[in-house]
Amino acid sequence: MEIIIYGVINSITLALISLGFTLVYSISRLPNFAHGALYITTGYITWLLVNKLEGFPFPFVIFISIAITCIIGASIYRFILIRIRGMEISEIIATYAIGLAILEGLRWGGLRGMTFTLPTFSSGTVNIFGTNIDHQRLIVVGIGICTFILLYLFTHFNKIGLALRGIAQDERAAMMLGIDSDTTAIISLAIGSGLAGLAAVVILPLGNIIVEAGYNVLIFAIAVCVIGGLGSWAGTILASFIIGFAQILTEVFLSSHYQMVVALLAIIVTLLIKPSGIFGKQKELEERV
Amino acid sequence: MEMMRKERIDRGIKVRTEGIYAISSYREILYLMGPRLLLIVGVLVLPLFLELVPYWKRVINIMFVYSLLALAFDFLANYVGLVCLGGAFFVGVGGYLSAVFNVYLHLPVYLSIPLATIFGAVFCTITVLPCMPLRGVYFAIVTLMYPLLATRVIEALNILGGTNGITGVDSFPHEYAEQYVIIIVMLLFLFGMRRFVNQDIGLVIRGVKDNDQAVRASGISVTYMKSLAVFIASFMCCFGGAYIAHLYMWAGLSLFALDFSIIPIASVVIGGGGTLVGAAIGSFILVPLSEFLRFFGTFRIVIYCAALTAFIVLKSEGLMVYLQRKYHQFERWVRV
Repeated sequence: MEIIIYGVINSITLALISLGFTLVYSISRLPNFAHGALYITTGYITWLLVNKLEGFPFPFVIFISIAITCIIGASIYRFILIRIRGMEISEIIATYAIGLAILEGLRWGGLRGMTFTLPTFSSGTVNIFGTNIDHQRLIVVGIGICTFILLYLFTHFNKIGLALRGIAQDERAAMMLGIDSDTTAIISLAIGSGLAGLAAVVILPLGNIIVEAGYNVLIFAIAVCVIGGLGSWAGTILASFIIGFAQILTEVFLSSHYQMVVALLAIIVTLLIKPSGIFGKQKELEERV
Repeated sequence: MEMMRKERIDRGIKVRTEGIYAISSYREILYLMGPRLLLIVGVLVLPLFLELVPYWKRVINIMFVYSLLALAFDFLANYVGLVCLGGAFFVGVGGYLSAVFNVYLHLPVYLSIPLATIFGAVFCTITVLPCMPLRGVYFAIVTLMYPLLATRVIEALNILGGTNGITGVDSFPHEYAEQYVIIIVMLLFLFGMRRFVNQDIGLVIRGVKDNDQAVRASGISVTYMKSLAVFIASFMCCFGGAYIAHLYMWAGLSLFALDFSIIPIASVVIGGGGTLVGAAIGSFILVPLSEFLRFFGTFRIVIYCAALTAFIVLKSEGLMVYLQRKYHQFERWVRV
């Protein structure tokens, strides 16, 4: 029972982490290697605001820090990526370099050790089927599910969301219908960074804000996306459940050292059996092989 | 208003030296050989000059290792189209293997380095083999994880000395041997690779980057070509790793560190991608710079990344392409 409950929680955490990465890649074909850095940045900004602006209520602080992350994401595209759009190698190197610069800059700026923690939304535990679970973990699950539903509604019943999907499906046709590719890319990066920020705000209270978490988040996001098929939403959620349960099982039966190994082995096995991922049917030949 | 534009024309001497006339006079020969000789002689004489400042000798050795790594990255990224973000994996494999050969099997230096290079390259090629069908972003993503995975595996299984690493690796017999080994290997690879990419097989490998479907349609196995390219690149990196292990007399987890992945990429971007020489020149600039910036600690990586992004966005051709253009062409203003 414990395995199932923690497996579900871990899976939804992973899905929440990787949603932003998938979204950006599926819409604007940009691999956002700065994803992990944005995640940590939001955590750090929230920490700063919580400790410096003590008068403000916590939800307001969260709103501000996610908004700042959105702006950072959008300006990364507007000022840097827009100039190298379409040059695949440069895109990879530039986003990776930005991510590294942010993470190592934060490390240099003193983001080390155990002192950086965020307050939980509500402390306390509930007992479900004989297993004690923190409120925070339940909140993660709740917010995760809400985010999926909201994103689904946004991309299916909203003009901007539909435009984003249009660009994702066929960029040229969408441009002929008057949808600007650069604007949608800015929006998608803003939303993607915002999702990274949201994930940070709900997940980071469970541990410390450390730079290494940024790298781990990036790696898990990528692992989930590759297994699910980059750019596929259903695939992302399914893959995060696969990896989530696989990790919990390895942690119970082996040791937590192997968590990363499991993620990478899962990637290699997926690539060997079905190179386009579980749900990645689109453009299989063009992109991968 | 009178409109002017800049026109670039090849210098006469460049046009002449492209044909048989290249050997017609000393001036033409010098024009052709000058830059190459400058590089070769400069690099060979450098250790003698550094007798004055012995501390920098170590830096120079590391600099040549990095230029080897940068060469490998440039070859993979700009000639084969495989962006490998995990160059540190190759370095680590080479370093650990040579330490194993040297410490556990008691082989001397002159055997352990070549053996580690060859077996390391084979090992790297086999481990990267599952990712061969991938390209572009996908390959970059997966290779990014390899060094991290290797670190975790060594930590978890507590093999190869665990977190302490393997100590007691032999050093080089003589200081000059230590320096000239890496210098000569670097020069050999630099000029060897320049030849290689223009051979028949090199052309096929470049075809894989531009249009792999066409290569496949010609009845050539794309996977074979890619694994050949990875073998060559990891060969260079494994040599670098083996050399470092003997230089520091230690092989540890820091061989998988981020530096070995990011500095070569930065030097390729700064030096000019696709020129091969540019990769080496880029690391000649970056590594001494990093030595000056040692004071800043991890802030160095921030500076690198900022420089990297700035170069990619503002001057994506890189230094070497710029210099080559100035050397071969002159510019003038003409009326439109």
